[in-house]
Amino acid sequence: MNKVLMQGNKIIGEAAIRAGCRFYAGYPITPQNEIPEYMAERLRSVEGGVFIQSESEIAAIHMVAGASAAGARSMTSSSSPGISLKQEGISTLAACQLPAVIVNMMRGGPGLGNISPAQGDYFQATRGGGHGDYRIIVLGPATAQELADLTMDAFDLADQYRTPVMILADGMMGQMMEPVIFKEPQPRVYPASYMMRGAGKGKSKIIRGLILDPLDMEEHNWTLERKYRVIAKKETRHELYRMDDAELVLVAYGTAARIAKGAIKRLREAGLRAGLFRPITLWPFPENELRDLAKTLENFLVFEMSTGQMLEDVRLALQGYARIGFHGRPGGVVPTPVELANVVMRQYDRKQGIIEHY
Amino acid sequence: MIVKTIFSGFGGQGVLMMGFTLAQSAMNAGYQVTFLPAYGAEVRGGTANCTVAVSDDEIASPIASEPDNVVVLNTPSLYTFQNRVAPGGFLFLNSSIIAVDPSRHDVRTFKIPASEIAEKLGNIRTVNTVMMGAFLKMTGLVKPDIYLSSMAEVMGSKKRSIIDVNHKAFTEGYQYLEEST
Repeated sequence: MNKVLMQGNKIIGEAAIRAGCRFYAGYPITPQNEIPEYMAERLRSVEGGVFIQSESEIAAIHMVAGASAAGARSMTSSSSPGISLKQEGISTLAACQLPAVIVNMMRGGPGLGNISPAQGDYFQATRGGGHGDYRIIVLGPATAQELADLTMDAFDLADQYRTPVMILADGMMGQMMEPVIFKEPQPRVYPASYMMRGAGKGKSKIIRGLILDPLDMEEHNWTLERKYRVIAKKETRHELYRMDDAELVLVAYGTAARIAKGAIKRLREAGLRAGLFRPITLWPFPENELRDLAKTLENFLVFEMSTGQMLEDVRLALQGYARIGFHGRPGGVVPTPVELANVVMRQYDRKQGIIEHY
Repeated sequence: MIVKTIFSGFGGQGVLMMGFTLAQSAMNAGYQVTFLPAYGAEVRGGTANCTVAVSDDEIASPIASEPDNVVVLNTPSLYTFQNRVAPGGFLFLNSSIIAVDPSRHDVRTFKIPASEIAEKLGNIRTVNTVMMGAFLKMTGLVKPDIYLSSMAEVMGSKKRSIIDVNHKAFTEGYQYLEEST
């Protein structure tokens, strides 16, 4: 397969089409408009493709729920404020155990915020986002290649666990062009028995999130929880970068992890042994893998384009076994590797103290 | 090595195309590349810009706070970006439109009357390709033959005559700096 130079948003669109996505509904918002633009063009030309520019984000996510119930591989995408609107539908998808892929190209918030790249939606994404006791799988790509690979994987995971899966990236990942090679998609494994395609002569099927009896609802909650435990056990992914001889561990995901790699190169040139732990699944968070590092290392520094959200997962994972520093640039600021390297240099020999105030 | 370049000009001057063809040709030449356009609430007649990073190693940030090269096609772009060029870096100006002199003296400035050259070729829309000729002559980032074949690849859907005139425009720009430096 050829290497092509493509924009992040379009890579997601192409990967989705190749993975068999045949239903897309969405409402425009910067910086992810190229996803619906691309899907409109491609779904027109593939067999069975349906593209809808819906009247709102809320409508789009519920259309996705409908298409998913009918058995289609379906996707919607938006950026931060639009994802907030979709939360009701995401909660419904989780309750009804319907597979779907949701893309969030994060921008500066809260509120309407701005259109620059940010990572302020980590809490919303990894804690479920909508109401009720549920989780969704959250994938945090950091390269164009991962945008392609993780989009395809997202559809497979959604089917395998019958759960919504979110791709959590940001405006920079969406707008940037980088070379990519599309891998061969896996054949779809999803039993037709879950699809609502007319009862025929069989029993009628009901998919619903409304369960009025508290005992039944409790059982449903535990059913979901058991599923989430399996996911947490089996599906964590992470990357280690220059960790062999590292003395200080940077923890960062997505765009921030790219910047961290640039900072690490500079630090190494200056003789400081820094490495990177990059969670690829944000939920489930690779906490055991991170905690293992604390057996031999005690200096950790979390870097995010937010005021400190993944920081909490790092604290939970390390459980007080290590010192954790933090550097954050919220609101749509993308710091340079030089800036981060300077911050790390100041904290490199730190012997005490947990969080300094930022 | 990592080389970052900002291309800037009026919307419609082919600024994004310059960046895209450079990124495509550098990829074809075996480099790692990123291309980042400015996006969002742009206005008609306002400035458009993009940043291209070319490296033989993984690229950390596609943003250039201190680019090695800046290519500007109009005066507002010169004002916006001249102070960002790294000391010792290259600044390429479309001198047909930009009448002012840059304020920087610690960078190498190349003035190319790109609009005049393009007009002489009979297609004013090749301004960007003239500039690319001059740019690649001085930076040597990508070999001309790789650039031209990549440009033809990018313009694949366009008429043969368009590709031919761009080919000529590139050569003109390349030779202009060959003669004047």
